Amino acid sequence: MDDSIILEGVNKIYGAKQVLNDVSFSVPRGAIYGLLGPSGCGKTTTVKIVAGISEATYGKAYVLNQTMPNLTLMNKIGYMAQSDALYGDLTAKENLEFFGSLYGLNRAFLSKRILEVMNLVNLTEEVNRKVALFSGGMKRRLSLALTILHEPEILILDEPTVGIDPLLRKDIWEELYSMTKNGVTILVTTHVMDEAEKCTHLSMMRDGRLIASGTPIEIQNSVGVSKLEDAFLIYGKASGESPNES
Amino acid sequence: MKVRALAKRILIQIKNDKRTLALMLAAPLLILTLLYFVFEGTVSGLSVGIINAPSHYENALYENNIKTIRYYSEEEAFKALDDGEVIAVVSIRSGKLHAWLDGSNSVDANTARQAIEMAQRGQNTVRKDLILDVTYVYGQEDLSLFDNFAAILMSFLVFFFVFLITGISFLKERTTGTLEKILSTPIKRWEVVVGYVLGFGAVNVVQSAIISFYLVYVLNVMMVGSVWLVLLTTLVTAIAALTLGILLSTAANSEFQMIQFIPIVIVPQVFFGGLFQLSSGWEAFGHLMPLYYSAHALEEIMMKGSGLDRIYPDLLILIALSVIFMTVNTKMLKHYRRI
Repeated sequence: MDDSIILEGVNKIYGAKQVLNDVSFSVPRGAIYGLLGPSGCGKTTTVKIVAGISEATYGKAYVLNQTMPNLTLMNKIGYMAQSDALYGDLTAKENLEFFGSLYGLNRAFLSKRILEVMNLVNLTEEVNRKVALFSGGMKRRLSLALTILHEPEILILDEPTVGIDPLLRKDIWEELYSMTKNGVTILVTTHVMDEAEKCTHLSMMRDGRLIASGTPIEIQNSVGVSKLEDAFLIYGKASGESPNES
Repeated sequence: MKVRALAKRILIQIKNDKRTLALMLAAPLLILTLLYFVFEGTVSGLSVGIINAPSHYENALYENNIKTIRYYSEEEAFKALDDGEVIAVVSIRSGKLHAWLDGSNSVDANTARQAIEMAQRGQNTVRKDLILDVTYVYGQEDLSLFDNFAAILMSFLVFFFVFLITGISFLKERTTGTLEKILSTPIKRWEVVVGYVLGFGAVNVVQSAIISFYLVYVLNVMMVGSVWLVLLTTLVTAIAALTLGILLSTAANSEFQMIQFIPIVIVPQVFFGGLFQLSSGWEAFGHLMPLYYSAHALEEIMMKGSGLDRIYPDLLILIALSVIFMTVNTKMLKHYRRI
């Protein structure tokens, strides 16, 4: 199976601060790849490099066998940022129409697709409401709808389910699974353990490095614990003992 | 296509945000109207106290719009001067005019002084055939201060509001993360900038039209040229302000920091853009201000009735500035996405 996303020795340096240190991993097609770690560990920087918004200081990032950043490839990537990038003055539909036309979707497809995605995130009845009146969870769901609007092959989700209630969270994960069956590859960041367990592949990050990679079960077995949370704590402690030399 | 989508989104946003729309369209009209009344009003209500003067002198003062009040003692007259009831006290003794003037308001004092002197000279002695023959080449006799300032006031108001609103709007795009979201789509950086200019440019067309027509037809400001050229100049000014606003917003981190640009960027434009007479060194400095060109072009059209042949250098400079601002802007977006 070919890999949809490949990172090779990616380093990111802002001024004097090294945010990413030699990050390498590859995501097989159709996988849900989770990046798990405390805030500030470099998860967001990593996914931004994959999304083509940011760029590695050195090292290589490939998406669908092409070097990132790549403008034409951005049509095939859906990126959902940590903050809800929505226009409060616009209705949900107007938001969707705007981003839809940035992806060059034609009108007929767009109006059909808007119904689909709004139904998926359970916002069908709010489609003509101003986003400024939405609750936090509704905004998060609308952000997700925006991200999958153009049917991307690669989905990059930065903390996607913050503020979403457990029931809807379950629905969303089910939808993510069914998307992977159609060949969509998903890269997701999280700091919630039960979400990390749902990923097919997982990497733990700390201080800009990957400290463990594998399936959730592999990671647990490697340190001999039965819960992912324990594994995370053990790995976290271990890397804390060898301070970052940078 | 993407440019159009961006422009369309800006228009919907403004349509949904009634307050911003009102600020762009109604606020300049309100300020222009207020200034109209401030500058249009002539100084009136000056009173001069008379202790001892012939009645034809009193009549002469009255013809110069000065009220006269007779006092029967000097004490009474000076008390009135002290209390501010009269601006001057006049006494003529054996043909010599004595005047005591309250100079605390220099403009009023000057007006009163001129009237007092004129009345003394007695204009009716002047031979009619020797009266000065004046022809106004530009402007006309009864122009108010407002007519003089109208051009620069209008360009200033347009510049100020457009600069602030577009600047803050683009800044919000950055702080709410929507700029990043836009840049995660296959849009090109220049398309973002051009989309912004087109969207707000469309609003500016409406805004410029309303302000230009209001000034010319409602406030009846002195205007001998073509109203369409006024509109064109106003629009070009707005585009320069809009591109500068977007550009400077990249250097601000909050709405408040955007406001901080007003004393640095906007206020000097008024001082050095042609509102005041300046020494030649400072006037050269004024040539750096976009507003200088727009005020100059408007003055040419409104006062001198000049056509495109005389104002095109001003317009070209403003357009060139806009293009430069847009280019720099596209370059600065590299900070958010290199490609």
